[in-house]
Amino acid sequence: MSEPTTEVMAAPRSSRGFGGLGEMRHLGLLAALALLVVVGLITRPENFATTSNLVSILSLAATIGVITVGATFVIIGGGIDLSVGAVMALASVWATTLATQSYGPVVMAICAILVGTGAGVVNGLLIAYGRMVPFIATLAMLVAARGLAQRMSDRKTQLIQADNAAIVDLSTTRVLGIPLLVYVFALVVVLGWIVLNRTTFGRRTYAVGGNPEAARLAGIDVRKHTVLLYALSGLCCGIAAILIMARTTTGSSTHGDLYELDAIAAVIIGGTLLTGGRGTIVGSILGLLIFTLITNLFILNGLNTSDQLIAKGLIIVVAVLLQRRNLKERAP
Amino acid sequence: MSENVARRGFLVGGAVLLAAGCTSNEPAAAPSSAASAPAPAASGNDEPGQKVTIGFSAPAADHGWIAAIAKNAESAAKQYSDVEFKPVEPTNDINQQISAVESLIAAKVSALVILPNDGQQLNQVALQATQAGIPVINLDRVFPDKLAYRTWIGGDNYGMGVAAGQYIGKQLKDKGVANPVIVEIQGIATLPLTQDRSKGFADALKTFGFSVAAKQDAKFTVETGNQVATSLLQAHKKIDAMWNHDDDQGVGVLAAIKEANRNEFIMVGGAGSLNAMKEIQSGTSVLKATVTYSPTMASSAIKLARLIAQGKGMSDLVENQVPQSITLASETITKENVEKYLALGFES
Repeated sequence: MSEPTTEVMAAPRSSRGFGGLGEMRHLGLLAALALLVVVGLITRPENFATTSNLVSILSLAATIGVITVGATFVIIGGGIDLSVGAVMALASVWATTLATQSYGPVVMAICAILVGTGAGVVNGLLIAYGRMVPFIATLAMLVAARGLAQRMSDRKTQLIQADNAAIVDLSTTRVLGIPLLVYVFALVVVLGWIVLNRTTFGRRTYAVGGNPEAARLAGIDVRKHTVLLYALSGLCCGIAAILIMARTTTGSSTHGDLYELDAIAAVIIGGTLLTGGRGTIVGSILGLLIFTLITNLFILNGLNTSDQLIAKGLIIVVAVLLQRRNLKERAP
Repeated sequence: MSENVARRGFLVGGAVLLAAGCTSNEPAAAPSSAASAPAPAASGNDEPGQKVTIGFSAPAADHGWIAAIAKNAESAAKQYSDVEFKPVEPTNDINQQISAVESLIAAKVSALVILPNDGQQLNQVALQATQAGIPVINLDRVFPDKLAYRTWIGGDNYGMGVAAGQYIGKQLKDKGVANPVIVEIQGIATLPLTQDRSKGFADALKTFGFSVAAKQDAKFTVETGNQVATSLLQAHKKIDAMWNHDDDQGVGVLAAIKEANRNEFIMVGGAGSLNAMKEIQSGTSVLKATVTYSPTMASSAIKLARLIAQGKGMSDLVENQVPQSITLASETITKENVEKYLALGFES
């Protein structure tokens, strides 16, 4: 075959510049965001453009935003992770069990991260070495992690004890008027962008997702890379668990319900192909912000949450239809 | 002499306990923790009788209130040597609950206590049980078809709304607030129970000339409670009162209020969880009251199932048989009376 076999060539040609805001597709998303902002300004002039409302939008977006970064990597790498919400719940429950709480907030945070990453590694091993379809392996993890979280917590909501309030401080402490957890979210986004766009790991992720066989011929250890991708997604779930504990002051097996769908939807609206090989962090975050903004606008205007679901569904359909048109234009 | 006094004191104390055990209407008689000794009753209703098997089916406990339901049912059953308790695996899947109840019918239990995930959807299988000669005690979520159950016992959702509305109405009236901003955080908006709560709330507020400025639903979980409250606080820069239907999601609501650093309003909860009671007791929280929807109803349901299966009536009533329906009253817990309720609070 005349398939290009060098690593750089295996990555899509247009992968450069994919991360920028100036990308055509991102302009579309920015336009959608701007439209929502205008709607907000018109319908609730006194509430929408306030600093505190913008801060609360970012705080709401933070938890699922961190998960979305991980999901973007997995989906660009040609996989899917359905277990994100459940893994986050498990990590939050594990970190808030009494035993962990008696060692203090740092141990709790490390515990959440280890549990999240551990679950991700298991996903990765099942997929890469157990040769399971990602959909199935992570579906199994979704069910099992939720069950384990229920078992550990005895289905109770586990409050963070007063001595561990340092975790809650992430949500209540503000620097320059912005809660610490928003900075954590921003940091994860920036690190994610750098890893995806400026490192070998990032280039390999595009390569593995675009054409695994070519990637293998190019000398990439595809299996190992796959494990790392799911571990990264799990790590993000662990960080998200810390953020949700900070926001709700609890660990609970009900946390993160349907997060997998929100994360996948944000990634897809952001222009990442479900088949892998193409996509950007910036797009995913813009997609997520569109979702969060819609929720905010609905509540500010006292609208019903069922209609909100309809609106979200329509947006997904429109985004994907636009994406397909783009692809057709690109075809020779 | 002194020994005699001590003995008399003991006897009197015992008699009071006995009386409390058999006659009180307070849910205190069916505690979740004091499941130890079966209280022998003066009336004889609690004395061991004909052996009965009670089947029990309820939703999965992913929520403090539902968890307390299962625990209360079990501990009430344990109080009786003549009761064999047969719970089936709790589930949130209607399909599974139907087959679980079918298995209890097949096992020919003497009575069934069912808290259906959805009364409409479980109606058919409850009807089957009744037709098979098994009395069904319908707990809380009601079956639409009266042929499907022998007795219903449950909370008063409309009354809960009324209690919350009256408390808030009175507080605001006393403060002399005109045109107050009153917001409401519901549970799952599609459930009839939620709609009943909201209706009771609106009706009670109307008697004060007040109305609800905004309501949103929060699905009963801590996380959604937190999300909805965060945005709702943004939507209303000044709030006078808030009613949150459910104390479990209330943990998230309170976290959002604390984060937003708001304390200009009073908040009322719903259900009566231990966390909520402690907040109320502290006196420093915006949460000033909670209106009960007590999971002790499960203990009562087991007691009723036993009586029905044994063909007995309720000793406090003159009727020969257990009544067809019993609605609990929704009580208002405030700082003044919280002591009395702490023992009944369930953990989220």
